[in-house]
Parts: sequence; structure tokens; C-alpha cells
Amino acid sequence: MLDLFAIEELLSPEERMVRDTVRAFVDAEVMPCIVEHYRAGTFPKHLIARFGELGLLGANVKGYGMPGLSSTAYGLILAELERADSGIRSFCSVQTSLVMGTILLFGSDAQKSDWIPRLGRGEAIGCFGLTEADAGSNPGAMRTTAKRTKSGWLLNGSKRWITNGTLAEVAIVWAKTDDGVRGFLVTSNTPGFTARVMHGKLSMRASDTAELFFEDCALPEGALLPASLGLKSALMALTQARFGIAWGAIGAAIGSFECARDYAVTRVQFAGRPIASHQIIQQHFAEMATEITKAQLVAWRLAELKDAGKMTPVQVSLAKRNNVRMALDVSRRAREILGANGVCDDYPPMRHAANLESVYTYEGTHDIHTLVLGKALTGIDAFA
Amino acid sequence: MKILVAVKRVPDTTVKLKLKPDGTGVVTDGVNFEVNPFDVIAVEEALRLKEKAGGGEVIVATIGSKDATQQLRHGLAMGADRGILVVNDDDNAIDADVVARTLKAVVAKEQPTLVLVGKQSPDGESNQVPQMLAEHLGWPQATFASKVVVAADKASAEVTREADGGLETLSVRLPAVISADLRLNEPRYASLPGIMKAKAKKIDEFTFESLGVAKAPKVTAVGFFAPPERKAGAVVASVEELVNKLKNEAKVLG
Repeated sequence: MLDLFAIEELLSPEERMVRDTVRAFVDAEVMPCIVEHYRAGTFPKHLIARFGELGLLGANVKGYGMPGLSSTAYGLILAELERADSGIRSFCSVQTSLVMGTILLFGSDAQKSDWIPRLGRGEAIGCFGLTEADAGSNPGAMRTTAKRTKSGWLLNGSKRWITNGTLAEVAIVWAKTDDGVRGFLVTSNTPGFTARVMHGKLSMRASDTAELFFEDCALPEGALLPASLGLKSALMALTQARFGIAWGAIGAAIGSFECARDYAVTRVQFAGRPIASHQIIQQHFAEMATEITKAQLVAWRLAELKDAGKMTPVQVSLAKRNNVRMALDVSRRAREILGANGVCDDYPPMRHAANLESVYTYEGTHDIHTLVLGKALTGIDAFA
Repeated sequence: MKILVAVKRVPDTTVKLKLKPDGTGVVTDGVNFEVNPFDVIAVEEALRLKEKAGGGEVIVATIGSKDATQQLRHGLAMGADRGILVVNDDDNAIDADVVARTLKAVVAKEQPTLVLVGKQSPDGESNQVPQMLAEHLGWPQATFASKVVVAADKASAEVTREADGGLETLSVRLPAVISADLRLNEPRYASLPGIMKAKAKKIDEFTFESLGVAKAPKVTAVGFFAPPERKAGAVVASVEELVNKLKNEAKVLG
């Protein structure tokens, strides 16, 4: 695997062992089934129990019997998963960062001990509902509401583009209340709650993407995440998840790069020479390797900052924005090197590229992260 | 039931190794190392036997440089209880007999009911250590095991071996030495919680001197050579030419 700047030397023995374990697992159990699921538009549900057994879900969570790995180890896990498919990484990102992470940040002790161990073992699956049909980059425009009742809350509205939506036993739903936006834990058996698969995706086909509907859902008082106060709480959870995306995207890029390299040194055209001997192809590899290496260094440093408690949302925006654009560019170049073969799903680059169109857009679009950086650098908010 | 598993640090079996220019060994810089895959199977079997017995201890032991603690940690991450490292800086300076006598000294310290090892390592491929160890200990041995069943009284084990023509089943008294073949089991992954727990597990270090083992190999490696590169094949124009070449050049047809 590409490692021109010897990132390997920066890893602890445990981090290497974690990476090697997940790499072996991905090669043996995810790679053989991913294309079939991508074609069918289904998530490989049989892997969920395996994720739980291996400790991939909530791997960076400390306490509650979770592994408590470093941020670097967690990032390496996500890169290995995304080397297989962005949809696999998304499943684990949502479960770990957006669901377990949100409960740990804003939940009560009872909510934490009720949910964290089961989510970690993969016995329960969670999803995170913030985005709505008419509230994407501007989540403040959400229409979902939670009104106080005598015994709790009454939830009405809908959410869209929700990863793990139909698989989930518990949804974290963000809704407007009289005190601003709050987060709620909504179990899928709540009367009035329905989840519907979104069809027709040309990207993330091996991921469960759903619409969630809430019609007069009566929630107990204990459903409220007590420490969630305002939209900024939801954005805090997203910052953690975007950290993982900055790492995961490297996996999709390396998967594409390695495939194209293997292909280019064996594919012969013009006088018996491999296409890798041609200058334009070599330029592609030089560009790809340079950009992957830069992204690796950004991700590694970001993990160091995160573990030191110094990671800022601006750094996360830079890393997510850079690394996902890098991965999208690398996967497209890799597809190009593969020629016509590149448009078949026998080879991963075009699947990665299609997936990365979603990654480019979700968890803060590329453009929104551009404007976050613009605001931080100039002091002027382009939205104001 | 106490089980000792000997593991070896070997170069990643999926990479192509290069020889040092002076022919004294292989280039190890930039090469990833792993646990001998047969030894991983042995660790797995030990863990399963312990789980089946509902208790006991699995000890992983290796002879190697301090870097070999990584391979012990792999066994500990899979679930072994503690590790033993016998420090040795030059693998080429010892032979299978030194390894066997060193393991005998470790067995004398630990008094296990069973020693499990991989049938051979992919670097040396000598397939001698388990047999020599059994001989030095005066214990029964069962090599190339594809199935191991320990009797309820832990006084014997039934071992199925893969022989050329089929399967052979042996009964060995315990304590014994058993070497693991490829189809004995499918090893588990080192789980992430297991990797974190392994950090806190104890690894005791010994030297040959502290174990009273003479580092006196009977066999020494004299040199390493790569096999000659295969010459490119030739395309023949006709069946007649092919038959002619097979007769007169390759001399495989009369």
C-alpha cells in the first residue's frame, strides 16, 4: 500500500496491529461480497455482527467496555473500510461518531448505559436525522418539531438522506422546540414512526439510505438528549464524524490507486509495452501519489490534534474538504487509466468515484467547507 | 490446562524477499513481519482448548529480537494470557536444535500440559523444532495435526493427522508436543478490544544464559542464493519444429 512518507513509522505497534486486523478482515470478508451488494443496492447486513465482534463500532470510545483506541487507530480502521466501499465506512462512521458519539456528548447516564454497549456490539443499529428535504446545507431551516406534552414530547416532521435509516432500532432526531433545536432518541417501534428506503441512487448503492417520517410520535421525557442545546450540538457531533471522513477517503483513493497501478503495469498497448511506460500515465501516478501522501499527512496530524484535545472545526473542514476532493480526483484518474474496463464493476475505481460524489456532498458540502475556511481566514461570513 | 505455544516472527509471506548482495541472508529493511501463519493456527487451537476446558492458561513464547514482542502481542491480542521472550539478536546464529533446547528450558520452567507449535515456518521451512523438542523432553509427539481432542481427564489427546493417503488418528499421553497443520482451524482475528487488553499483559524476558542453554548450533547457514532466473520461452512455427526441438534440444522425446 502506498506510503511514500513512511507514515508507518509514526504508528504505534497497537495502531499497526489494529490496521492489519481490519485490513485482513476487509480483504477476507468485505471485498468478496461488496460488488454483489452494490449491484443489488443492498447493505451487507451479515457484516454487522462481525463489526461488533471485532470491536469496529465505537472503537475510539473510552469506557462502557469499548476498545478506547487512539484517533489515529480509528482513522486507520475507517480508511481500511473505505478501501472496500464508502458505504461500509459510512455505516461504521454513523454508528460510531453520529450515534454513539452524540449519545456520549449529550445523553444522560441512563441513555449512555442503555445504548452504548448494545450499539458497540452491533446488536442495535442507530441513525442520525438532521437533514430534511428542504434543509440541507442550512439545517436551521428544519421543519421537524417537538412540542412538550404532559408526559413528554410530540414529534412531527420528516428527515431525508438518512444513512442506516431502515436498519436502525434507534434514530437520533433533531427537532425544533420552544427552546431551540434539541436532539431526541426515537426508537423505531414508536407509533407514527416510519422509515422508507430511498431508491434510484447512482452512488452509495451498498448503503442503506432512508427517509424518516414522524406523525404525532409520542416520546417519553427520557427521549430527550438533555445536554443537546441548539443546532450547535448537532454540528459538534458532525465535526467528529467529518474527522473520520477525512481518514476514510484516503482508503477509497488508495484502493483506486493500487488498482490502476496493477492494471497499468500489466496492460500492454503499442509495441508490447505496458501503458505504465507512457509519460501521461506516469504523470497520473505522480499526481495521485503526491495528493494521497499530502492527505495522509493532514489526516495523521489531525488525529494527533484530536487526541491532544486541540482539534478545531476549521481544521476538520480543511481536512474533509481536501481529502475528499483528492479521493474523488484520484478515483476518476484511476478510472481513466483503466480505459473501457474502468466502467465495469469488476474494477473498483468507478464505484469509488460514484460513492465519493456523495461523500463530497454529505457532512457539509465541499462548498460549505470552502466558506467555513473563507470565514476563518478573512473574518467575513459569506452567509451573513 | 496450561498450554505453551511457540510462535516465530517471520517476514510477511505475501512479499517477495530480496537477498543481501553478500549472500548472508535476506534484506529485512522495509519488510513487514508477522507471526508464522502455522503458529497463529497453534495459538487459535490453544485458545479453543482452553475455552472448551473452561479455564487454564495459554502462554505464547518466542525466541528473537525485541521486535519479536510485536508477534507475542499478536498472540496476546488473540487472547493468550502472557508471553515469554528469549532474547536473540541473530536468527542465523541459531539452528532448530538450539530453538528446541531453549523451548525445553521454557517447558521446564512452566510445566505445561501441552506444547502447541506450527508445523513449520515459511522462512526456514525446516519442520524440525516440534520433533526435536519432543525428543529432548522425552514426550510423545503428534505432528501435522488437523484435529485435536483432549480427553476429559486431560491425561491424553486424540490427534488426527493429515498423511499423504488419508487421515491417521493417534492417541498421545499428555504432556505432549503437537504441531499444527493448515486445516486444524480458522484462526480468529485479534479483536480491537483484544489488542488494547494485550498492552497490559505481561511478557517475561529471558536470555539463553539465564535459561542455561548453550547457544551452540549444530547447523550453520553458509550462504543464500536466489534460484537462477527462468529463461524466456520460444514460439515455434509448426508441430514439426516442436517435435524436433523436444527430440534434439530438450531431449525429452526419443
